[in-house]
Amino acid sequence: MSELIDALAIAGKAALGFQAIFFALLAIGINVQFGYTGLLNFGQIAFAMLGGFGIAISVSKWGLDFWVGVAIGLAAAVVLALLLGLPTLRLRADYLAIVTIATAEGLRLLFRSVSATPVTNGTRGISDFNGQFLELAPWPTNERYRLLGTSWSGGELWVALVGWLLVALACLLIWALMRSPWGRVVRSIREDEDAVRALGKNVYVYKMQALVFGGILGALGGMVYAVGTGSAIPDQYQNANTFLAYAALILGGAARVLGPVVGAMILLFILQFADTGLRALIDNGVIPEGLLTSTDVAQIRFVLVGLGLMLLLVFRPQGIFGDRREVMLDAR
Amino acid sequence: MPADPMSPEPAPTGAHAASLDRDAADGAVRRPARTALQDVPWEVGVAKPDPAVVVDGVTRTFGGLTAVSVDHLEIQRGGITGLIGPNGAGKTTLFNLLTGFDAPNRGTWTFDGRSLAGLAPHKVARLGVVRTFQLTKALSRLTVLQNMLLGAQGQKGERFFGALLPGAWRGQERANTDKAMELLRRFKLDTKKDDFAGTLSGGQRKLLEMARALMSDPRVVMLDEPMAGVNPALTQSLLGHVKDLREQGMTVIFVEHDMDVVRDISDWVVVMAAGRVIAEGPPESISQNQAVVDAYLGAHHDAPLTVEEEDRVLAQAEREIAREEHVADGEILSSDVPPEERTDR
Repeated sequence: MSELIDALAIAGKAALGFQAIFFALLAIGINVQFGYTGLLNFGQIAFAMLGGFGIAISVSKWGLDFWVGVAIGLAAAVVLALLLGLPTLRLRADYLAIVTIATAEGLRLLFRSVSATPVTNGTRGISDFNGQFLELAPWPTNERYRLLGTSWSGGELWVALVGWLLVALACLLIWALMRSPWGRVVRSIREDEDAVRALGKNVYVYKMQALVFGGILGALGGMVYAVGTGSAIPDQYQNANTFLAYAALILGGAARVLGPVVGAMILLFILQFADTGLRALIDNGVIPEGLLTSTDVAQIRFVLVGLGLMLLLVFRPQGIFGDRREVMLDAR
Repeated sequence: MPADPMSPEPAPTGAHAASLDRDAADGAVRRPARTALQDVPWEVGVAKPDPAVVVDGVTRTFGGLTAVSVDHLEIQRGGITGLIGPNGAGKTTLFNLLTGFDAPNRGTWTFDGRSLAGLAPHKVARLGVVRTFQLTKALSRLTVLQNMLLGAQGQKGERFFGALLPGAWRGQERANTDKAMELLRRFKLDTKKDDFAGTLSGGQRKLLEMARALMSDPRVVMLDEPMAGVNPALTQSLLGHVKDLREQGMTVIFVEHDMDVVRDISDWVVVMAAGRVIAEGPPESISQNQAVVDAYLGAHHDAPLTVEEEDRVLAQAEREIAREEHVADGEILSSDVPPEERTDR
């Protein structure tokens, strides 16, 4: 029983930690692009990588101020969004998907390549760039604190606090945008571009704005992740994360302000709970060694998430927050 | 070429056209365009007294297929121009070209003397040329009212940063909502304002699309088959709305297949076939036009068939049937089926 409570507490920490913030920000960005505007960005992780490495390279390679690094990371994300959008947003939605997925993988390979090693440290990555940020914490960052049954370091708490503030700010911004006429145009583009064009709106500009805005949110997510782990390694930014963020978005409900946030928390909670819980069950001998060993757990937990998603799509296709009527309209 | 399709008729200008107009004498007062057009000869590419849209030498080919090839076409301002023609005549392609949704291989076209060549669709719409689509484009997961509000032009809240200052756009939004509700009442959709547009019936979607187009205060409205798939009762109200547009001084161009509808509301009819304009004139002139009849029914549909010819055609058909049976027999014989069973088949 105590193991169960422990597993719950550890999973709870995961749902509140910087990784959940990372996925939440990625998913909020995807929500702007896919949920509201209908753009298929399959390379959100590339924006996150530019955000993380923007800080890492600026601070430890170029010796710049931390906040200048943040600005550089955001600027890099904007440039990437423009580069991806310029050639593809006039075309059908599929082209953006193809280009973004290829770019995400290509950029990661570029960052870990030997020729990029002088700048990115190649596969080893960059560390020691978050000192200036941690110094801002109002409490000592190297002490540990008991919270909700688990222990947090002061640094973790500080990153989580700032991260959740960022998430709250992003949600507020999206709430304000989506109830405005801008949000109406963007949602109309998701429904039918040509109808919007025929009514005198420059669809291309709106799509570009959505792509850039979502990319900036992705970059912020990457920054939280880099500062939280204290390192920026190219292989941390596998494109599988983009699809986990999509899973979080669908779990919570697309085109809803809080959908991606709650989705990300639940995703991280399930992953961590399955991990700790299954390991405890194996250690106690409840699950026989022949059926499952603790080395399988890392994979099995994703199977469980997949199963959960399937059940969700069957019984609640709109996600947790979605409007069933709205989702069902597509079936017509 | 222009005079050719008219050959069965004497040049039908002046008195002849005027007598036709007298049939609709009561309508003549409310139909300034009809009055203006009564002295216009019934010729392809004829100049109109006050054209809003002028098309010159517009050609669009898809590979080897010439979808549209219009030498000269003028659309009278403030009138209802019906665009008819058999399937594949290029009517919708012409609409796409005029509104910037497609680009022609060559040619020029102007609206109020301003060239529209190379303009993006949204810029054409901002000039006041607004279209609807053959397959209705209701924005399903927006409410009816939101659909309407999208049509309003020059909204401050549609800019990214402007959107973040609700004070800047709230007043405008309220005014637009009032205007939208008034239009919805006219189109009898006001009770549906909070429903998703995706839940409307096909006919209601047509109404919504037309009402949405009117939100932008257009000067030219282009309706692509506004009556298709609409039940007859609703057709009447749709027709009323189209006539209202003319009353308000808008220029209406519409594609339609139902000749009763065309005859009822249009001031001028343009007939297309195989990408070309083959006839123009008031609706009364069209059904007598040989080129139009040929385009719809084929050139030899009413050629008399002599007895000998009939026999010849019949004999040929029989020969063909016999040959086919022979081939079929051959196939069966070569298989394992015994010949006796053939008679049963």
